[in-house]
Amino acid sequence: MTLTPDKPKAKARKLSMKERYSALTRDLDWDPSYVPADEMFPYTTFEGIKIHDWSKWEDPFRLTVDAYTKYQAEKDRRLYAVLDGFAQSQGHLSLTDASYLNAMKLFLQGVSPLEYQAHRNFAYLSRHLNGPGPRFASLCQSLDEIRHAQTEIHTLSNYNKYYSGFHSYLHMHDRVWYLSVPKSFFDDALSAGPFEFLIAIGFSFEYLLTNLLFVPFMSGASFNGDLPTMTFGFSAQSDESRHMTLGLEAIKFLLEQDPDNVPIVQHWIDKWFWRGYRVTALVAQMLDYMLPRKVMSWKEAFELYFEQQMLGGLFQDLAYYGIKPPRDVGKAIQEKEHLSHQAYWILYQFSHAAAFTTSVPSDETLDWLEEQYPDTFPTYRALWDKEKKNVANGGRHFVRGLPQLCQVCQIPMGFTEADSPFTICQRSVVFEGERYNFCSDGCQNIFEHEPVKFRQAWLPVHQIYQGNCGGADLGDVMQWYGMQPGDGGEYLGSPDHQNWLRWHAQADHSELGED
Amino acid sequence: MSVDAASRPVGVDIQESEQNRAVIEAIEATNADATVNHMPGMVRVTAPGRLVVSREAVEERLGREWETHEFQLAIISYFGHIKEWDDDEIVIAWDH
Repeated sequence: MTLTPDKPKAKARKLSMKERYSALTRDLDWDPSYVPADEMFPYTTFEGIKIHDWSKWEDPFRLTVDAYTKYQAEKDRRLYAVLDGFAQSQGHLSLTDASYLNAMKLFLQGVSPLEYQAHRNFAYLSRHLNGPGPRFASLCQSLDEIRHAQTEIHTLSNYNKYYSGFHSYLHMHDRVWYLSVPKSFFDDALSAGPFEFLIAIGFSFEYLLTNLLFVPFMSGASFNGDLPTMTFGFSAQSDESRHMTLGLEAIKFLLEQDPDNVPIVQHWIDKWFWRGYRVTALVAQMLDYMLPRKVMSWKEAFELYFEQQMLGGLFQDLAYYGIKPPRDVGKAIQEKEHLSHQAYWILYQFSHAAAFTTSVPSDETLDWLEEQYPDTFPTYRALWDKEKKNVANGGRHFVRGLPQLCQVCQIPMGFTEADSPFTICQRSVVFEGERYNFCSDGCQNIFEHEPVKFRQAWLPVHQIYQGNCGGADLGDVMQWYGMQPGDGGEYLGSPDHQNWLRWHAQADHSELGED
Repeated sequence: MSVDAASRPVGVDIQESEQNRAVIEAIEATNADATVNHMPGMVRVTAPGRLVVSREAVEERLGREWETHEFQLAIISYFGHIKEWDDDEIVIAWDH
């Protein structure tokens, strides 16, 4: 008898990626025998989508749980090394300006909570989709999304030690008027069925619009000295390419499974393009106005990431299935030279009720904007010239009333007609005796398709008037929003601005000598 | 205007880093038509119709073993469709 184990004759052949994927993902699936399949998966029929063969779902990443955890751990290790270095070296002092952080306040309040909601819904899909391929891809995405929420919160928490506006983002996300724009967008997707969610978030958000949403934030961070944000952004985006693939596979799979799915998917593309596009108005103004050092204009980003890549590339691919570009895409193209100016003008006038600050753009910024938008900006510049006079006379402009909101996107009604860009666009529909208002044809169309859903919208202005937001005057509402003095208003003279000047004036340059 | 799948551009955005330089150089060498653009913090590589990341070409430049899964640490975004991702190569192209 010997205790020596048999020597393997030859080194065991490593499974190929395809074989590993098949063994670890597909082979672990089984057909239920105690309950019928439709009882085990009760949510994948009511939307009218027909699936005949779940095994046709492709996952080009061929990700398995071992590879997933290995690379995700490495991504986190790299990120946390950067976070530590930045915090230890007082990196926040090397930002271009404290006002840069307004973009990050908006990100933390508006976007990070959506990552958590995405985590929840992908966890739901990882239980409720019938096929093992999409279930596993959803599980990975669910874990990614909670990693994003956590790393974003962690990264930006360092700024909360020194700057205003970062403290109560979750509380604010559920209550504040401008945050109801991203929140209501995501709630709309969460309260839809699993397939609509896949097209809404997986496809429209992650594939169509993700580059417009994230890459400008991350390149902006890179240009403005915000190393940690750039790092978490790129770390998150590396997962994003997997999410884009899930979204693209989802749409191709649905379109290939049954021709009856095509019109349903087309409607979702029309709806979710417009929903997502309206949310990007916040990104548009961030790119053109909030970054002290500019990366690219909204118009340039829109042309590159949307017109060239999506309309010029993707939609030609989808035409094969009979899919057309989103219905209101022409309006978005017409608006590209106006959107950011109109969005920032709104935020400028209402920032006394926000947890970020705004200011009249510097002359340098105004010149840059005029170079970027030679046809349209002169008109907006006239507004800023007028406002500069107001400021010089001690009358910095804040709107004292409450704006009318669009019933669907919840943005104040400040956008203009596509063919008459200086006339405010206003649409309305009477449904069961009540009048509902919209900022655009796109939002009106969405309402008309689902009036019973959208009439329940929690509109911040209506809620204030109904007495549901802490009280009748601005101070009451601000308190209910969880805001503190100094969070919002004018940037010049704000606590962030004053601290910034103080910290930089205090720097010791004595080694340079008296002269 | 419709352009066929073989000539419509596809592309990938890669984080700019020491390690990824080898990956970018490998893509340039593998794809004769590739165009490389530097943007803040990242590099964008585009090519008409098809873009291939080859394990062999990366390993040659990196001087060590490299599995294609590692590309997940480099990629920020892409446009096109991931047609193939196996042990030896990653292919991005349009389907139709």
